[in-house]
Amino acid sequence: MEIPYTISTRPDTGLWNAKIGIWLFLASEVMLFGGLFSAYIFLRLDAQPGEWPHGLLNVPVGTMNTAILIMSSVTVVLAWAALKMRRYRAYWWYMLATIMCGIIFLVVKLYYEWPQKFEHYGIFIKPGALEKYERYLGNNRRTEKGMEPRIEISGHLHNPEALKDPNVKEYEIGLDPVFVDPNNPANDRPHFLYAPPTDHIAKIEKEDVERIDSFGPWHSAYFASYFTITGLHGAHVLAGVLVFIYMWLPVSKKLYQRNPEHLANRVEVCGLFWHFVDLVWIFVFPLFYLL
Amino acid sequence: MNNPPDISQDPAEHEEYAHGIQKHVKGYLMVGAALIVCTALTVGLSYVNFGSPKANIIVALLLAAFKVSLVGAVFMHLAAEKKLIYRVLIFTGFFVLALFWLTYLAWYNPIVR
Repeated sequence: MEIPYTISTRPDTGLWNAKIGIWLFLASEVMLFGGLFSAYIFLRLDAQPGEWPHGLLNVPVGTMNTAILIMSSVTVVLAWAALKMRRYRAYWWYMLATIMCGIIFLVVKLYYEWPQKFEHYGIFIKPGALEKYERYLGNNRRTEKGMEPRIEISGHLHNPEALKDPNVKEYEIGLDPVFVDPNNPANDRPHFLYAPPTDHIAKIEKEDVERIDSFGPWHSAYFASYFTITGLHGAHVLAGVLVFIYMWLPVSKKLYQRNPEHLANRVEVCGLFWHFVDLVWIFVFPLFYLL
Repeated sequence: MNNPPDISQDPAEHEEYAHGIQKHVKGYLMVGAALIVCTALTVGLSYVNFGSPKANIIVALLLAAFKVSLVGAVFMHLAAEKKLIYRVLIFTGFFVLALFWLTYLAWYNPIVR
């Protein structure tokens, strides 16, 4: 059966079918991500002072991933333009570049950014015990300055057995730099460069601890929304990469030889999806990494 | 920026058409560069104290909105599209605004107030 209106326009819509199809799909995607961003706003507004963390993500890596995604948006539109000019070889290379960008983005996310979070611990101190850990928290100065208090001490957990063993009475945590020097004004705002946990170990008694969690989705509303939104976004990147691989394989060359405009239209439609994925990231990046 | 017209099968016309696309390619590259510059700007400005966190959020979102409109207008060809697509987008915009309006209502709870 011949699929109608793959390259010619349908008289009533004025468009070829896939084009209207992808835009309807993108409209539903806008609602999907819109719902999640709305949840983000709600959770953030609802967070109590000190509950919404800042500066926990690696900004240079996030910036690099943003740039990679932007470059891939450029290469996919160039791939489409190359097809329109009937330059298959150029199309092939641009498509390969797009696929590589998508894969790099995913690898950075899955093998670098996410796993790091699960090895990083945050210890929430009971409100009554905050004073006891003042030298790590620096809350007296923060209150004077009208800043939100710190209610959590984070870093690398040196005795993970303490998580399960009730006989171990305290957590030993290699502090994140900010807790080593909490009264330094330089630590009032997040830093651009990521600084790993230090060798400065703090001992925190279990009876002073409200809860201890790694930086997974269970840590806070912040990380719950971070993993949900970047996870769904990552799934979109993966889907895009898979479709692009199909477009790049020899099977698409056959379509090109038979009907080059059909392939160009396919690439345009997938490109629209890819630009949308880029567009979502443009909001994700400042909301989670910077602000 | 207008979209490239549909391709012609006539070799002479095709040559002219390919030349026209080439012009668009330059535009795509320039927009890509502008987006990267804007990203650097977003990162840089997030470390500038604009007086309150709210002000920083507004600055970052305005920049993001600018970047998104560049992607939409040029890469997604929305600068010159068919009417039907604009109609779909107007509907989408309406429902997204309704969604955020619900968020606003839930947060400020004007009924109880």
